[in-house]
Amino acid sequence: MGFFLETLIGGLMTGMLYSLVALGFVLIFKASGVFNFAQGAMVLFAALAMARFAEWIPALLGSDSKWLGNALAFVAAMALMVAVAWLIERLVLSKLVNQEGITLLMATLGIAYFLDGIGQTLFGSEIYKIDVGLPKDPLFLFESVFQGGVLVGKEDLYAAAIAAALVTGLSLFFQYTATGRALRAVADDHQAAQSIGIPLSRIWVIVWSIAGFVALVAGVIWGSKLGVQFSLSLVALKALPVVILGGLTSVPGAILGGLVIGVGEKLSEVYLGPMLGGGIEIWFGYVLVLFVLLVRPQGLFGEKIIDRV
Amino acid sequence: MLYRENGQFKTSYRADQQIFPIAQDRALIALLLAFAALGVPLLADAYLFTAILIPFLILSLAAIGLNILVGYCGQISLGTGAFMGVGAYAAYNLFVRIDGLPTGVAILGGGVCATLIGVVFGIPSLRIKGLYLAVATLAAQFFLDWAFLRVGWISNNSTSGSVSVAGLSFLGIPVATPQAKYWLCLGFVVVFGFAAKNLVRSHIGREWMAIRDMDVAAAVIGIRPVYAKLSAFAVSSFIVGVAGALWGFVHLGSWEPLAFGVDRSFQLLFMVIIGGLGSIMGSFFGAAFIVVLPIVLNQLLPWLGALVGLNIDTAIVAHAEYMIFGALIVFFLIVEPHGLARLWAIAKEKLRLWPFPH
Repeated sequence: MGFFLETLIGGLMTGMLYSLVALGFVLIFKASGVFNFAQGAMVLFAALAMARFAEWIPALLGSDSKWLGNALAFVAAMALMVAVAWLIERLVLSKLVNQEGITLLMATLGIAYFLDGIGQTLFGSEIYKIDVGLPKDPLFLFESVFQGGVLVGKEDLYAAAIAAALVTGLSLFFQYTATGRALRAVADDHQAAQSIGIPLSRIWVIVWSIAGFVALVAGVIWGSKLGVQFSLSLVALKALPVVILGGLTSVPGAILGGLVIGVGEKLSEVYLGPMLGGGIEIWFGYVLVLFVLLVRPQGLFGEKIIDRV
Repeated sequence: MLYRENGQFKTSYRADQQIFPIAQDRALIALLLAFAALGVPLLADAYLFTAILIPFLILSLAAIGLNILVGYCGQISLGTGAFMGVGAYAAYNLFVRIDGLPTGVAILGGGVCATLIGVVFGIPSLRIKGLYLAVATLAAQFFLDWAFLRVGWISNNSTSGSVSVAGLSFLGIPVATPQAKYWLCLGFVVVFGFAAKNLVRSHIGREWMAIRDMDVAAAVIGIRPVYAKLSAFAVSSFIVGVAGALWGFVHLGSWEPLAFGVDRSFQLLFMVIIGGLGSIMGSFFGAAFIVVLPIVLNQLLPWLGALVGLNIDTAIVAHAEYMIFGALIVFFLIVEPHGLARLWAIAKEKLRLWPFPH
C-alpha cells in the first residue's frame, strides 16, 4: 500500500509537470487555432537562456548573490521569449493568416527546428544546470500510518505548487482582466473579435508571450530536475497526449489530462510493465488517448466538434 | 512554345484520358525515364548512388504513399516512420524464416504486413479527425517503435532490435553493386509511381478526394467513408511498407528501430507538404528537396565560413543546418503553401504562352 501510494504521488507530480507544458499548447490553440508543435522547442530555448543568463549576468555584474542572479536571468529570459513571440507573429503567423490548419502546423514544426538550432548555437549544446534553490532532499509522509512512510521529493512538491499557482493565476487573468477577456473573445471567433476592435496581431503576440512564459517556467522546473539539454524539447511529445486527452481547447482539461496520464504512466510501468517487457511508459499515454478518443472524439473536456455541410 | 498544344486533337476517350495528355509531357517523361535508367548509372559514382540517388528514390516512394493518405484523402498521419518499419521488419522476418524466398517477394510481403497494420491503426480515423487523428497516429508510431525494440521474435531476439540482411537477389540477379541497387529501387518507384498516379485518377481516387474536401458531404452523395478511408490507409501503408522494406534491405542493409523513428515521420510529412499536397509529382520534388538540402548545407557552410575567415566546427554546422532547414520550411510555406508542385504547374502554364504572352 505504501509503495502504491508512492507511485501514485510520483505520477501526480510528473503529471503536474506534463500539464505545465500542455498548458502552452492549449493557450495558443485556443487563441489562434494553431497547434503549436514548437512548444517543446520553446521550453528548451527558454531553459537554455535561463541557464546561461544565470551564469553570465552575475559574472557581468560581479555580484555573488544567487537570488539576484536568478531573478535577473529569469527577467532576461522572459524578455527574450517576448521577443521570440513578437518575431514569430511578425515573420510567420501574420503571413500565414487564413491558411489551413496543417500548413500552420508545419510552420510551427519549422519554427521548432529553427529554435532548436539557434538556441544551441547561441547558448551552447552541453548539459547545463539550473539552480533556483529548489530543495532536493526527500520527505517522508504518513510515517505513522505505514512502515517507512511514503517517500516524496520536496522538489516535486514545490514544482507541483508552482504549477498549481500558475494555473490559478492564468485562470484569474483570463477571467477578470480586460486582456483576458479580449483573448477569450479572439478564441471564440476571430472575425467577430476583430469587428469590435480587438487587434488580432497584438493578441497573438500576447498569447505567444504567455506561452513563452509558461515554457520558461516549465523549462526552469524540468531543467532543475533533469539538467538542461537537447532532450528537454522531447517533453513536448510527452505533453501531446495530455493535450488531446483533456481536449485541445480546455485549460482544466490540460491539468486533469496531465494528472491522469502521469499517474497512468507510472502505475502501468510498475504493474503492467514487467508483464509486457518494460518501457511501456513511452506509448502508454498515446494508447490511452487513442481509446478515450474512440469514445469522445473531442477529448474529455474539448468543445464538441460539429460538422456542417 | 515548349508546351504549345495546338494541333493535338483527341479523337477517342482513351486518348483523352491517358496519364499525360500533352505530347510534350509524354516525350519529356520518356526521356527522363531513359536517362534515369541508362544515363545516370553511366555518369554517377558510388557516393552519389548511396548518399543521394537511392535515398531519394526510396523516400519519394514513401512520400507517394503518405501523399495518398494526407494529400488525397486528408487524413494526417504522423506514424509513417513506423509503417516503414513494419514493412522492413516484416520483410526481414519473411526473408529469414522462409528459406529461399526471393527478395522481391519478401519486400512485397513486407508491404502486405504494413497494409494490415495500417488498416488496424486507420480504424480510429473513422471517428477522429484532424489534429486529434494526427496525435492518434503518433500512438502507432510509439507503440510500434517499442514493439520493434522489445518484442523478441520481431527482430529474431537480437539485442536492441538491430537486424541485417545479406545476399539479396532479384529475379536471379544479385543486388550488390550500387548500380544494381539503384536499378531495383528505380524499378519499384516507376511501377508504384504509375500505379499511384492511375489510382488517384480512378473512381477510388475521386472518392478519397471527396472525403478530403468534406467527409459529411461525401457521405451524403453516397460515398462510404469507412471504405474510402480504410482503402486510403491500406494503399498508403502498402506503398510506405514497400518503401520501408527497400530502405532496410537495399539502402541500409542492417538497421535498428531508430531508423524508423518519429523523426522519419516528420521528415516524410515535410516532403509531402513542401512537394505539394495531393500531387504525385510533388512527392518527388519534396523528397529531392529534403534529401539534398542537408547535404548541400553540410558542404556549403564550412566553405562559406572559410570564405569569410571563420573556422566553423561540425557542431555549429549541425545547429546551423537545423536553423536553415527550419527557416526554409517556414519560407516555403509562406511563399508557396501549395508546394513545389504548384510552382511546376505555374511554370508549365507560362511555358505554354512563352515567348508570346498573348
